[in-house]
Formats: sequence, C-alpha cells, structure tokens
Amino acid sequence: MRNRALPGFGLSLGVTLAWLGGIVLLPLAALAWKSASLGPATWWAQVSTRRVLHALSLSFGGALAAAVIDMLLGLLLAWVLVRHRFPLRRLCDALVDLPFALPTAVAGIALTALYAPEGWIGRWLQPLGVQVAYTRLGVLLAMVFVGLPFVVRTLQPVLESLEREPEEAALTLGAGPWQRFRRVLLPMLAPTLLTGFALALARAVGEYGSVIYISGNLPMRTEIVPLLIVQKLDSGGDTGPAAVLGAVMLAASLLVLLAVNALQRWNRRWTEAG
Amino acid sequence: MKRPTLLPKLLLPLLALACCATAQAAGDRLLNVSYDPTRELYKQVDAAFAAQWKQKTGQDVRVTTSNGGSGKQSRAVLDGLEADVVTLALAWDIDALADHGLLPKAWQSRLPDNSTPYTSSVVFLVRKGNPKHIRDWPDLIRDDVQVITPNPKTSGGARWNFLAAWGWAARQNGGSADKARAYVSQLYQHVPVLDTGARGATNTFVQRGIGDVLIAWENEALLSRQEAGADKFDIVVPSLTILTEPPVAVVDKLVDKHGTRQLAEAYLKFLYAPEGQELAAKNFYRPRLPAVAAKYAAQFPPVKTFTLAEQFGDWRKAQTTYFADGGVYDQISEGR
Repeated sequence: MRNRALPGFGLSLGVTLAWLGGIVLLPLAALAWKSASLGPATWWAQVSTRRVLHALSLSFGGALAAAVIDMLLGLLLAWVLVRHRFPLRRLCDALVDLPFALPTAVAGIALTALYAPEGWIGRWLQPLGVQVAYTRLGVLLAMVFVGLPFVVRTLQPVLESLEREPEEAALTLGAGPWQRFRRVLLPMLAPTLLTGFALALARAVGEYGSVIYISGNLPMRTEIVPLLIVQKLDSGGDTGPAAVLGAVMLAASLLVLLAVNALQRWNRRWTEAG
Repeated sequence: MKRPTLLPKLLLPLLALACCATAQAAGDRLLNVSYDPTRELYKQVDAAFAAQWKQKTGQDVRVTTSNGGSGKQSRAVLDGLEADVVTLALAWDIDALADHGLLPKAWQSRLPDNSTPYTSSVVFLVRKGNPKHIRDWPDLIRDDVQVITPNPKTSGGARWNFLAAWGWAARQNGGSADKARAYVSQLYQHVPVLDTGARGATNTFVQRGIGDVLIAWENEALLSRQEAGADKFDIVVPSLTILTEPPVAVVDKLVDKHGTRQLAEAYLKFLYAPEGQELAAKNFYRPRLPAVAAKYAAQFPPVKTFTLAEQFGDWRKAQTTYFADGGVYDQISEGR
C-alpha cells in the first residue's frame, strides 16, 4: 500500500465528480438546455438589440481593460511585497485579500461613496472634469478592485520561489535593469501573469454586486450584461430571455479563457524554444 | 483490481449531496415574503400580531418577514421559498404566482379593497426650500433638473412611478398615449442614476446628494424626511398622481402544505383591523379604515389620484404593455 496523504482514488474521484457535477456542470447544463430549447429566432431577437450589444461590449471591454490594469498593478504589488522589506509589510500583505472577503455590495457602496461627485475623492476630481461614479470609469474601477488579488496571489508564490541566479548572471553580464526585467524576469513570470490575468478577467466579467452600485445602470451607457439578466428575471414571467443572455455570457467567457490558455501554450513553446 | 468497491465509493458523496432534505416548519410559524420598504412596518406588525394571537389562543407563533425587491421575492417564491403570505409591491408579482398554480387566479377579490389593506401614492421629494422650483410633472423635464427614480425593470415601486408619470401625461387635456410616451421617454433622459431598488434610489438622492428630485412613494418620502430631519427635504405633491396599491395574499398551496392557513388568514385580517391599520399609518402608509385615516389625516398632504384600474385596466395588462421584455420601457431605453 502506498502512502497517501488523501483518501483513496475511488473516494477522491467520487467527491470530485459529485462536486463538479452537482455544483458546476448541472447548473450550466440546465442553463444550456433552457436556452437551447428556445430556437434561433428568439436567440437572435434577444441578442441582436443595440442595448444588449452595448452591454456585452461594456462587460467584456471593461473586464479586459480591468484585467490588463490588474496585471500591471498586481505585478508591481507582488514585487514590492516579495522583494522589499518595509514596515507594515505584513499588514499590506493581508490587505490584498480584502476584496476576496468583502461582500461586493459593500465594496460597491464604499467606492461609490468615495467617488460620487460629492464624495471624499470625487469632490476633488469634479473640478478637473473627471467623474468616476455613475460612468464607465466607475465600472472599470469596481472591476479592477475585485480582480486585483487574483493577480497578486498567483504571482507571489512564484516570485518567492524564483531563483536569483539568472538575474545575477544577467547583472554580471552587464544587463541594465530594464533588460534584466524584460529578458530574464518577464519570461519566467509570463505564464503566471497570464493565469492571474485570466482569473481577474473572469472575475470582472461576472461581477455584479459592486458594479451595480457605482455604475448608475443607465441603458446604452453603463449597463452591464449581468444586470440585464437580472432585469429580465425581475420583470416576471418566463426565464427564457435571461437564459439566452446567460448562455451568451457563458460561451463568450469560455472563448476568452480558451484564448488565454492558447496564449499560455504558445508562450511556453516560445520560451522553451528561445 | 478493486473494481467492485469503486462504485459505492463513487456514489457515496453523490448520495450525500442528494440527501439535503428540506426541514419543514411546524404550524406555528409564518413566513411573510414582502418587498423592500415595508421593513419597518412588518417588524411592528409581526410582533403585534404574535402578541395578539398568543392572547387569543394561547399559542406561541413566530412570524418572520423577508424583504427584497418585489420581483425578486416573487421569483424566490416561484422557485421554492416557503412563503405563507406574500405582501408585494404590485399585483402582477402575485399574478405570476397564480399563473403557476400557487393560489387561485381570482386571488385579488378574496380580500376587501383589491386585497390592499393600505395604500400610498407617488410624490416628489426635493431639497429643502425647493431651489429648483419643482411643482409638477412638467418641471421634471426642464433642462436644469435631474431626476432620481429606480429602474422599473428591477423595482416594483419604480413601475408605479413610471405609470404615475404616464397616467398624468395621458390624462391631461388633449393627452394621448403618444404624448404620454414622449413625456415619459424625456423624463428618463433626466435620470443620471438608475438604481435597482427604491431604497437604493433614496440613498442616492439623500446620502450621495445626486439629483434635484426623487420620485418616491409617499411613505418613503415621509420616512426619509423623518429620518434626515425636516430641515433637509420638502415633499411636493404633483397635481395628479397614481394611487399605489401594494396587495397581500395567502399562498394557498403552501399554507395547506404547512398547515398554517388559519394563522395566515388571521395575519392578513389583522392588517385590516384597527390595530394593523394604526401600524400602517404610523409607518406612513395611508390606512383604508376611515376612522384611522381621520386620526392620522394631519400627517398626509392632500393628494389627487387616479387608480391603476381607471387608467391601465389591470396589472397584467400594464405589465405586458410597459415592462415585459421588449415592452414600452425597453423601447424607450433603447432610444437614448
């Protein structure tokens, strides 16, 4: 009998399948089933309206932009937390997780209170002609907020276990800081960075709680797809139209995540070849 | 190979997952599924009713009220929330339950006054001193005015707001459906923030300081003024507005399942009785009982109203025309 940390294969597999089946696959299959039973005409009528297209572009465009910002900010933050020692570092480290734990509605209300035209920060931005709350900028802000810990927390362990030798070798060979970053560090971090990016992106696409407080929810301007889905559900009657939008979100998210995966594979091949 | 033992082990967790039996409440508990701004009202009603029931029958009962957006609450009951009674913002949300066989389609004629023990109306809350001189509906579409009202798709209260504006425009001299539509679509262009619920809209106006006027139910407006202090806000009553009738009903299928029919019916009767009517009035809902209405007349400004039935027929019609998927509100929203 081999020594195993976890119970045997049968039980582990059973738990995994039950979990995946009951909690992930079954609801998604029900969604696909419900929306597939509607027929192409309904689908087209639901998806092709200007309002839905606008919401889709805001949800995915905003999430992409937020994930890029998260990737850059997260890299910086993880770097500072891992490579530098400074007072209150542990506190800062703990703070990173806050967006994970905070109920998203609380985050949304807090951000709105800060960035509303009469809020603590908003009142200083107002004279500069910048309005954050109730604009697309606010949507972006909320999405950046909820996605940031994903990048930091995926990068941190990798940065910590990164060996210093390649960097030191580069240094002795006369590479400048920018060269060391681009030629040595970045290739080693790229796969993890992409994982963090994908996680932040997925989180931002599905984010509802915080966005609806700060966005103002104006049709054709700051309305995200999850809110459209809720609207279709709340106006009573059939769940079909909401299911169609849900299925579209699901398919689009799947495509985006597959693209990120492909990028990662391509990157690995490229790094190994180079 | 351990093949024979693999299957039971595989099934064990699946079985565990399936064995989530729903614990069923005994006949001494009552769940009232209500909409958002009735929080304060039903907290008091639940306690008063339980005390009265104890006095009459000697039985201890526990009444709880769940609050949320009216449409969401209705869907929750459809999806299995075990409500004994529903007290929602509009009749359509209970019609939807009747469509699924949870109660008879003619539920609204079972209790007096369209099954609405208390009413309110749609009024304006403006900043103290009314700096923008907002007197009536036409002022809301002036260039310098920003209006706060929640999203009619997600807020039952906001649907009444929409219908109040529509009804006012349609009932003017020379008014028509076309003119009403033009007015309402202009109105929504003056809305900078569309909150998903009535409480959210109130917060946006009161706490965030956004907008010049909040379209609100009279009870919410009076409550906001009481909480924020009368020196912060004024209430403006428009020349004509809608009488809002939030209905109540026993959910037959579920009370029979729980054995709580008698209790649930007594609970709703309590709302019509003097004690319940007093609580409604104290929470700024207009009571139906003339005696109680007279007693609290001073706190309510005079208001001229039309009813939903007079202007729109019934809620089912109003819902399909204006708020269903692809309805008038959706068309207006896309035109922005």
